Amino acid sequence: MSETTTTLPSELVKRFPQKVKADERDGYEGYLVSSKDLVEVATALRDELGYDYLSSVTAVDYIDDNMMEVVYHFYKSTGGRELTLSVQVSRDKAEVPTLYEVFPSADFQEREVWDLLGVKFTGHPDLRRILMWEGFEGHPLRKDYKEAFYQEDTKPFSNRWPEGEIYRAEDKNPFGKNVVYPKGFSSPEGVDPEVDAEMYGDLRDLAGAHVDDDGLATDFVTVNMGPQHPSTHGVFRMGVVLDGEIIVALKPVMGYLHRNHEKIGERNTYLGNMPFTDRLDYLSSMANNFSYAVAVEKMLGDKVKVPERAEYLRVIMAELTRISNHIWAIGFLLNDLGAYFTPTLYATEERELILDIFEATAGSRMMCNYFRFGGVSRDIPEEYFVKLKRLVHERLPRKVDDLDRYLTDNEIIKERCQGVGVLTPDEAIAYGASGPVLRASGVPYDIRRAEPYGIYDRFDFDVSVGYHGDTYDRYLVRMFEVRQSLKILEQAVRDIPEGPVILKNPYNVRVPAGEAYGRTEAPKGELGFYLVSDGTANPFRYHIRSPSFINITALEKMCVGGKIADAVAVLGSIDIVLGEVDR
Amino acid sequence: MFGKGILKGFSVTLRHIWRTYWDDLRRGRKRYNTEEGIEYRRSADVEGLFTVKYPEEKLPTPEEFRYIPFLVYDEKEDGSEQIRCTSCGICAKVCPPQCIWIYQTTDPETGRPRPEPMEFYIDIDICMNCGYCAEYCPFDAIKMDHDYEIASYDRKEAHLFDLEHLMKPASYYAEIRPENYAREEAIRQEKEAKKAAAAKRKAERAAKADADSE
Repeated sequence: MSETTTTLPSELVKRFPQKVKADERDGYEGYLVSSKDLVEVATALRDELGYDYLSSVTAVDYIDDNMMEVVYHFYKSTGGRELTLSVQVSRDKAEVPTLYEVFPSADFQEREVWDLLGVKFTGHPDLRRILMWEGFEGHPLRKDYKEAFYQEDTKPFSNRWPEGEIYRAEDKNPFGKNVVYPKGFSSPEGVDPEVDAEMYGDLRDLAGAHVDDDGLATDFVTVNMGPQHPSTHGVFRMGVVLDGEIIVALKPVMGYLHRNHEKIGERNTYLGNMPFTDRLDYLSSMANNFSYAVAVEKMLGDKVKVPERAEYLRVIMAELTRISNHIWAIGFLLNDLGAYFTPTLYATEERELILDIFEATAGSRMMCNYFRFGGVSRDIPEEYFVKLKRLVHERLPRKVDDLDRYLTDNEIIKERCQGVGVLTPDEAIAYGASGPVLRASGVPYDIRRAEPYGIYDRFDFDVSVGYHGDTYDRYLVRMFEVRQSLKILEQAVRDIPEGPVILKNPYNVRVPAGEAYGRTEAPKGELGFYLVSDGTANPFRYHIRSPSFINITALEKMCVGGKIADAVAVLGSIDIVLGEVDR
Repeated sequence: MFGKGILKGFSVTLRHIWRTYWDDLRRGRKRYNTEEGIEYRRSADVEGLFTVKYPEEKLPTPEEFRYIPFLVYDEKEDGSEQIRCTSCGICAKVCPPQCIWIYQTTDPETGRPRPEPMEFYIDIDICMNCGYCAEYCPFDAIKMDHDYEIASYDRKEAHLFDLEHLMKPASYYAEIRPENYAREEAIRQEKEAKKAAAAKRKAERAAKADADSE
């Protein structure tokens, strides 16, 4: 690890010799900065050193040292490795200045860190809970927090074997008795209207009469879209302030599907987390598996070697996932535009055929659980490899052409999508957008190219990019990416060698102490896993940088000034899955 | 011309409709309610209607399909059932949502654990069908089932599978996963042959030693 530290850019230490120092703990390769210098250093990183993309913000609760460490991962939008910056503060008085002004992408992520870990970001304009509800007591990701059905700190639990004593947790601790409310909070039934007003944040200040350009006094109307609304793709809610049909302000409200995936992850073993990652973005579980495997393999280093055939199978599965995800997203975008279900069902047909291959290979259509550390769980059956070849060479190209002919030139789609929900390149980078959203804004940033993982450096493909940053370009970028995925697949099925798919597959994986941030280009954007290991069988910290969650940071920016009907289309074009947003 | 794109799009949907009927006419009765028809509807050639009329028609489950574990037992020649599980506990340890409970058998005389489970529970409400138990079991004793129609009226007791409910014969396993079964049997027989050969060698050596000493 010390070798890599010296090869990392030391410009930062040179620029701030007094303020920044390299992290010298074993297995860590970031930089430490004090909380009072954070904003200055981050600004210099952005303006002078080219690290203009703040990818991930999270924190780790080092309870034994009574220390809370806030971790930032910066990237250059021109490609390359990450730069990790850590701020260490006391656990009892965890306060860090906000980076909201420098990097707006920190907005939701800082709220999440506050919500789950209780780190206060001073100066953040809207530091409210984001995933948990307002009447929630405590910060669940702190190490001393115990959930309602707490049993033990780590799995496997001792009452499972050898003397299995079976009971249901809910019988011991029935619903209603398992909730703690904060002081002064009577019960969910007695919610104070003030609390609800706080939920809307700064929307409240806007509601009320105002005089428009023609001298006409009108009222702003607050509309609550969701959580049960067909266009929000799940349980997602938008608080919208309207001036007639025009959106004046918009606040996303989320967390309805929150299950504290990260806490579960810290209780689990490393291997045990793999099937849980399937449930994040449940439309592209293979891509989630890939990202988690990359992160853990990064920590394992030389201890694990992925066989050639497995590398190819990984790419095949990831690209199939991308195709099924993108045509699905296109189908549902059309749904949001009012073309009820015909495009969606056309997309579903191809997705079904792809899922057949997943089912025969991994054992399940959606919850694939296919990747292992050092390979994949099993080989693709012979007859399904033939099916796959036919799909890649014949059916999918033909069907993508069909979809293209069906939709791309359609005047209604153009009318509804062009110039709607525009995000400029600078804004896209600042708001931390990733994946098709970032590329449609004219930033040709694809992790498969910018920081290749697996064997992506061997394939010939183009990075898709749009130039207008509007809904239509996000559609086009997805269409183009499907074609590029097919191109990669053609090369992969041509070149795939024979051989084993995994060399060693132990169930008790132990990871050396340290931290790692592994990321891949998932269909929806940059999916990153930040892991901290203390050398035991369970991860000490397990954080997910989920693309859907961070992409909607820019939702307000895209929607304000547009019509309410277009907000639906914009949301559809971002392509979120709530399993991943809420985690 | 405005509207050209829309017309082009409609040509795609129109062709889709036409193909559906054309396919029906061309393939006739074979297209529905036959195995051949179902296979066609999930192949890369299918045009037109795609759906399968469940439950009248069912998609075949591929060999690797996994849904809820079961315990394999071997049927002995005398009709007794020999469970393969040794209650080593690896499945309970590797299970991500911890849905497996095992109570090891102890010998009443010696007090030592005996290699078979006294009780074995799987709470299928918790089971996430990841297949780790089957993947990591060193004795091929726990395997993933293919039976996905397990809806029931009771949420509590019916969803707690005990040893009796979980045990299924090896012949059933061979039926749902023929390739896996054949592979594992081959390995098992090879091992047994080696074991027998080693025992034989040992016996011969002992006999030889006896003869020498005499």
